[in-house]
Amino acid sequence: MSASRYDCIVVGAGHNGLTCAAYLARAGRRVLVLEAAERPGGAAATREFAPGYRVSSCAHLLHLMPAWLLEELGLARHGLRMAAERMPTIALSPTGALRIPLDPDSAAQNLGDTDAHALHEYEARMRRLARALRPLLEAVPPRLGSRAWRDRLTLLGLAAKLRLLGRADLRELLRIAGMCVQDLLDEHFESPLLKGALAFDAVLGTNLGPRSPGSVFTLLYRLAAAGGAPASLAQPVGGLGALTEALARAANGAGAELRLGAPVARVIVSEDSAAGVVLESGERLEADCVVSSADPTTTFLRLLGAEHLDAGFVRRVTHLRTEGMTAKLHLALGRMPQFTALAGAVPTGRLVLAPSPGAVERAFNDAKYGKFSAAPLLEIIVPTAVDPGLAPAGQHVLSAVVQYAPYRVAGGWEGQREQFLDTILQTLEAHAPGLRESVRAAELLTPEDIEAEFRISGGNWHHAELALDQFFMVRPVPGAAQYRAPLKGLFLCGA
Amino acid sequence: MVGAGHNGLVAACFLARAGLKVLVLERNPYIGGAAVSRRLYDGFTYSNCSYVCSLLRTEIIRTLDLPGHGLQIIPYEGGCTLMRNGGHLALYDNHDALRREIARHSRRDAEAYDRFARDMLRHCRFIKPLLLRAPPDPTSFKPRDLGELLHLGRHFSNLGEERMYETLRFWTLSCADLLDEYFESEIVKAHLAGSSIIGTALGPRSPGTAYVLLHHYMGSIDGTVGAWGFARGGMGAITQALAAALAASGGEIRCDAPVERILTRNGRATGVALASGAEIPAKLVVSNMDVRRTFLKAMDPAELPPEFVQRVRQFKIRGSSGKLNIALDGLPRFPAIPAGSPCVRGDLHVTDSIDMLERAYDDWKEGRWSQRPYLDMLIPTQIDPTMAPAGKHYMSVFVQYCPYALADGPWTDDKRASFGRTVIDSIAEHSPGFRDLILHAEIRTPYDIEREVGLTEGNIFQGELTFDQLLFNRPVPGYAQYRSPIKGLYMCGSSTHPGGGVMGAPGANAATAILGDLRR
Repeated sequence: MSASRYDCIVVGAGHNGLTCAAYLARAGRRVLVLEAAERPGGAAATREFAPGYRVSSCAHLLHLMPAWLLEELGLARHGLRMAAERMPTIALSPTGALRIPLDPDSAAQNLGDTDAHALHEYEARMRRLARALRPLLEAVPPRLGSRAWRDRLTLLGLAAKLRLLGRADLRELLRIAGMCVQDLLDEHFESPLLKGALAFDAVLGTNLGPRSPGSVFTLLYRLAAAGGAPASLAQPVGGLGALTEALARAANGAGAELRLGAPVARVIVSEDSAAGVVLESGERLEADCVVSSADPTTTFLRLLGAEHLDAGFVRRVTHLRTEGMTAKLHLALGRMPQFTALAGAVPTGRLVLAPSPGAVERAFNDAKYGKFSAAPLLEIIVPTAVDPGLAPAGQHVLSAVVQYAPYRVAGGWEGQREQFLDTILQTLEAHAPGLRESVRAAELLTPEDIEAEFRISGGNWHHAELALDQFFMVRPVPGAAQYRAPLKGLFLCGA
Repeated sequence: MVGAGHNGLVAACFLARAGLKVLVLERNPYIGGAAVSRRLYDGFTYSNCSYVCSLLRTEIIRTLDLPGHGLQIIPYEGGCTLMRNGGHLALYDNHDALRREIARHSRRDAEAYDRFARDMLRHCRFIKPLLLRAPPDPTSFKPRDLGELLHLGRHFSNLGEERMYETLRFWTLSCADLLDEYFESEIVKAHLAGSSIIGTALGPRSPGTAYVLLHHYMGSIDGTVGAWGFARGGMGAITQALAAALAASGGEIRCDAPVERILTRNGRATGVALASGAEIPAKLVVSNMDVRRTFLKAMDPAELPPEFVQRVRQFKIRGSSGKLNIALDGLPRFPAIPAGSPCVRGDLHVTDSIDMLERAYDDWKEGRWSQRPYLDMLIPTQIDPTMAPAGKHYMSVFVQYCPYALADGPWTDDKRASFGRTVIDSIAEHSPGFRDLILHAEIRTPYDIEREVGLTEGNIFQGELTFDQLLFNRPVPGYAQYRSPIKGLYMCGSSTHPGGGVMGAPGANAATAILGDLRR
């Protein structure tokens, strides 16, 4: 093996690593993907968490992957099928339910006419703004102050696209981009349930509350990434692992090689450029370039080492905010959960438990002082409602993203995990009486567990907190936002 | 000119100097708005709203020759933060003394402080030239706006690549994250974080508060950047000097003349109607009031474009600060501060940590005053003997947070007294025998400030300093250049760029816009 030489080595077989590998291989490069775990997937994987019950172990909904990308890589040909598409969001309180987007045929919506009308206008405008922001996501961020024409053209192009929004929308974008989501929602709506659910979307996976300025931006970001369509949520058959498996097949089909159980120890630096990697087993693999889908902290400080970088850059990487705020809950259930507010309907959508913006803010208050939320917020799906194959016949799986669960909880997670699980189950029980009795097995992944299982430092599924000060030209850190590391031959392709 | 606050007077001075016939109308029997000195207790003068001076633009002081009209600003040295455990952090002018003091808490932070001060200075240098310019409208294709945008772009790119990124990040960072990048000691961080929440309905962990911190750093006294001082005779001395400068240029001020309505005809301002019923015709009307008051109270919203009215309604003016003015029988003792230390003459803060500030904010969010408030206390009479009888002292206590609307119903005299007790108890924890020294205390909640000064919700900045309300968004996108949708009606209060503080820049910029329109 030592004689083998690759054009590119991709570190990590998560969805970003595999996508990158597939494209590189299609361009005729000789690519090797190295994955530490025994299966591909990274944070988009399916695994068994209790005998007979399988679940998407980290991300559980397909939301942000652009449709053109799925098509271009021919993932359907490689076996990717959807169990549910265009899943609605259902905001739940113990007694009420609200379907977003509103369904004119459903009698179940308890939203006043004023709010319903406002929601319609609000969604239309947010979609327009999100679409205008989309080019930001699909462009390599330009470098500021560079004299290169490419950077200048990108900047001008982005400015021109924003101008195309027209004066009214551009003004609105410039006004709300830095605003807090609570103020924005208060300008439009009355219903606490509606505002709670929309506020939850804005702060999901971030270290922000609805009153934190910048939370409208995170909401716009989600919308922009989802192509400006609010209901593009989907659930692949077999969980998110099916996506990465299809990606792996696509990469393979294009000629990329994939090695599992091959954790990378460090990047080889020779003559001031990346020349390959050394595995933890000691094996050396050489390549012209190394692409890391690991988070920046891992990539720069562990795989590369501070000695190869200048001090200012290392300081910035150290200051990158990477601590996760979100836990993941998996329940094996003996029967279908019965949510009071759904009145017996099967939960095929994405259920959001965030009764009001005030409740979201209070849940965030706890997290600010290093405590888990006493009244946590949940994004729940019951994957078996549309994909029964994930559990034994007649049995079900519940998967929930739980916020807020600070990475650094005061007193440490050891000993508090049980307590937090109990708090969450109480919340669930309040919405679905009898659910607790039907629990056969439960697994709670705190950010600390996510860090360990998925090798993401800080356990933040975005790798680094999404916030205005860590975005675009300054993401992950200024000087490395163009996917290139300050070292020749080393690239980044993670979240 | 509606309102004789510092911005109204600054604008009036510039207009009168250009040869316009100017009349300033003030609702109260005294001028000054929130920059005012009042005698509410025998022999004592209170700076009863704003209490220290730094932001007033040097250009304005010089052009209007305010020192010649009696303004004297006395810088104070240092300051101190008092902790509940008896510890303290003193800040000195003397660089070596400051380093030794910070090193007492953390050696590393003493090193970092120099880096922090240098970086803040750099951010100040970037923003300063922008203060006295009207922000361009980024959605406009007018040559003037495009020119200004280009100027802004050049100014920004002159920073160089590294600095550009730093600046971009800085504008969106929370104060807590900013300070975490430099310091490790809680007390050092808490001391610095105080300025990031003053007058703001945000906590130190809210993104955007790094800017509020900068907003309090960008002043200067006699060329010393970031220095703060007392106006001799209280903050009213500033507006008195402005009034004298106005009189010298032939302007007129009328007190006890509350404006009831701004009159318009065919989309043009024609004058004002006073509460007494008298109408005063004028070619131009300039409002020193905040935007909500100007357009929603003094005008019929039906006269304005509906989108504009909606934006004005949505403009966030949140009351979050209270104030105590206390007449003291003698100088209070602070056992934590070493005897003879000059820092007692500066601003004394009461807080322990960023968490404590953040919790104080959590109280505000729930509609109660902070149980452990952040206090900024000053005893100007140690330096300026004109404000109290010999041997006695005046103490100004700024309190963050105190809501405009309480969760449990409207403010009452009892609640106000109870709020005052919370504050005095906090002070007494650090100053034994403090209660016995009190001769008189004026307690002001945001509700009182609104009633007396006319600031909506008692917000000291006439509008939150958050990104959605800065630069071209302040006060309303598309109307950030001091003009209103009504011809001949202008805004010059702190609701406009660059915002609050006794800075005078909005007034000066408004005058420039008006004179530009008149081609003078």
